[in-house]
Amino acid sequence: MAILRAHGLRKDYGKGTGLVRAVDHVDLDVAAGETVAVVGPSGCGKSTLLHLLGGLERPTGGEVWLGEQRIDRMPEAGLARLRRHALGFVFQGFELVDELTARENVELPALLAGESPRVARRRAAALLERVGLADRAAHRPMALSGGQRQRVAVARALIGRPRIVLADEPTGNLDSAATTEVLRLFTALRAEGQTLLIVTHDSRVAATADRVVTMRDGALVGRTHLAGAGGGTGAFAGLEG
Amino acid sequence: MGVLLLVARLALRDLRRRRGEALILLIALTATTTTLALGRTVGGGADRPWERTRAATAGPDAVATSANAADLAALAHAPGVTASAGPYATVFVDDLRVRDVRVTALVQGRDGPGGPVDRPQVTSGTWARRGGVVVERAFATALGVRPGDGLSIAGRRLTVAGVAVTAGRVPYPSSTPGLVWATRADLRRLGRPMTSHVMPLRLADPSAAPSFAAAHRGVRAWQDMGASATAELHLVDQALMTGTWALALLAVACVTILVGGRLADQTRRVGLLKAVGAAPRIVAAVLLAEYAVPAVAASAIGLVAGWAAAPLLARPSAGLVAGGRPGVTVGTAALVLAVAVAVTGAATLVPVVRGTRMSTTRALAGPARPPRRSAGLIRLSARLPVPLLLGLRLAARRPRRSALALASLAVTAAMVVAAIALHGDIAHKDARTTGPMFVPGAENPVTRQVNQVVIVMTLALVVLAAVNAVLIAWAGSIDARRPGALARALGATPGQLTAGLSAAQLLPAALAGVLGIPLGLAVYAGARAAAGVPGGAAIPYAWLPAVVPGTVVVVALLTALPARLSGRRPIAEVLRAD
Repeated sequence: MAILRAHGLRKDYGKGTGLVRAVDHVDLDVAAGETVAVVGPSGCGKSTLLHLLGGLERPTGGEVWLGEQRIDRMPEAGLARLRRHALGFVFQGFELVDELTARENVELPALLAGESPRVARRRAAALLERVGLADRAAHRPMALSGGQRQRVAVARALIGRPRIVLADEPTGNLDSAATTEVLRLFTALRAEGQTLLIVTHDSRVAATADRVVTMRDGALVGRTHLAGAGGGTGAFAGLEG
Repeated sequence: MGVLLLVARLALRDLRRRRGEALILLIALTATTTTLALGRTVGGGADRPWERTRAATAGPDAVATSANAADLAALAHAPGVTASAGPYATVFVDDLRVRDVRVTALVQGRDGPGGPVDRPQVTSGTWARRGGVVVERAFATALGVRPGDGLSIAGRRLTVAGVAVTAGRVPYPSSTPGLVWATRADLRRLGRPMTSHVMPLRLADPSAAPSFAAAHRGVRAWQDMGASATAELHLVDQALMTGTWALALLAVACVTILVGGRLADQTRRVGLLKAVGAAPRIVAAVLLAEYAVPAVAASAIGLVAGWAAAPLLARPSAGLVAGGRPGVTVGTAALVLAVAVAVTGAATLVPVVRGTRMSTTRALAGPARPPRRSAGLIRLSARLPVPLLLGLRLAARRPRRSALALASLAVTAAMVVAAIALHGDIAHKDARTTGPMFVPGAENPVTRQVNQVVIVMTLALVVLAAVNAVLIAWAGSIDARRPGALARALGATPGQLTAGLSAAQLLPAALAGVLGIPLGLAVYAGARAAAGVPGGAAIPYAWLPAVVPGTVVVVALLTALPARLSGRRPIAEVLRAD
């Protein structure tokens, strides 16, 4: 059963001759427990699609459904509730709060959701342990490597026990070693049944997915089911070309 | 020449690009320069009207009063006395009537204004002849009489022959009852017993008048009379001086906030200028010129405005001789310009130096100062509701800006408290100016002028503080744009974020209100002491606690719009921009 659905999704910027269609009538279903990778060249609308699916941006047309709830017209307060309890975000630039420690960053969404500080702290500690950063919990982002920062960001995305995690170029700012760290984490999440939608232009990240969809000029132009996590690099490479 | 032209063109182009900010800077600096120009033009001249009056009326160095004329005759030959006039017989009456007004008065018998000492200057009409009286000018103003008007004293109908000023007696209402001159014959015709005799004296050494007065009974020195006559002008002086300092502080805060708010943008501009080959000194010149232009403009506007407003605020009591319109000296103009340039220079120098010393690539990246971590506040905020959690964390990440907001609002709250205290004192003073010695219904010219100055200063302070509050909210919303969008991406509602942004402003505002009360009372006590105002202050303490919620409400209203706009900005748009 699809946990996230988009139908005829469209996003325009500008008007008249300056109109740019960033997302062009996209139909997409993401099933529960599935990992979907959205790939494509820079500027093809991948990130915009992710923002539309996560309710961070309003579409010009089309529909977005999260389970049984249509979210593209949902009031901001309702979207905020969904972001607290049903959606988790991982951004390319990590988007960690500089003045907070790793643990404080992870517990922030729980505090925003009204959890008690004690519960938030306990869950943040558990998640940091899960992403292998228990010993870095008291460090601020600037004291962490790129890979560690992104793992903190993933832990933060998971604290609300989201139905789906939306990751925007999660390895875009990472070197090869750090990318491997994050890939290992996504593979583990996939294995645990966490639903993931990952926007990426990194073939290694896409290879961890169950399914890869390709975007070009705002539209989906290809879909490929991969054999299994970590084993589909060849198929993905062929799709990209 | 080419470099100068380049600097001017770049600075003017940036000013045009940021007209709103340039206008705010201009307002802030103009408020300061106007007050400074006013202070310099009017200030320090509190004694001048009394000195002018003494000069114009051959004012006595000492005035002796006695019930017995013979005692005064002996005093005329005392050591140190070089000349005397009178003694003039005076009669106290409790029934001077003008229209339906009845008031007490002191009627002095005098056939002419001449004499070696104390020659009252007739400013309208003529000196009294039979059936006529001359009324001291401040008293005449309060009574609303002019030459030709009728009045009655002790039931006798008399005509106002003239109005005059004198330095032989402190003008009404600083001394009561009001003074009226009549011919000696008319004085006798009043049929009332002589109350006293007055003899103005000229001393060989006028500066020794206080010791002469101390050595002789019933003698008052000209310095003592001058202090009473100009007490309100001294208070105006102090109000202007205190207000100017407060405004200068607020202007520095305003410029600092403006510069701080633009720091990231300015740093990128520095990087761009350096990348295209501009030397650090040219970059520094461009940035300083951007702030120097409004500073020079504000100086010019402030000088003209201060010069124009000076006569309104520096009007002495009607009982004293007013000077012409005070002029703006070269020294005043230079000082005003120097202060305006120094205020902008002090606030811009640090970012300018930092920007020019930074590497071009770092500058192009536009690095803002990293936010501060306050572990205690972060821990505390975790226990608070979401808006307060966000507000406290936003305020804590920029402690300097929060401190600046606190200082700016505390100065304003303090000045408002000082104004309330002064108003209470004036109201108390006004309340005491009732009774038979005072003209019923007449405005007290002494307190009116102080009130005017206080209103002008308070308005200027409130306007500047309001500009500062909006600027702080604007700078805060710029700084909070990204963390705010992130908080929303993580589940905060726009309402929670808006409330958090407001809370970040309101926490310093509440503290400023609390600090402003003792600070304002201290400022007022200092100003009273400096102005030599005798007696205890009648401060309306019951009103003072209202300063705290008042400050919070005003800041909430002023910052609501920037906070609301910032709290509702599309998340993706903010996160994408960088």
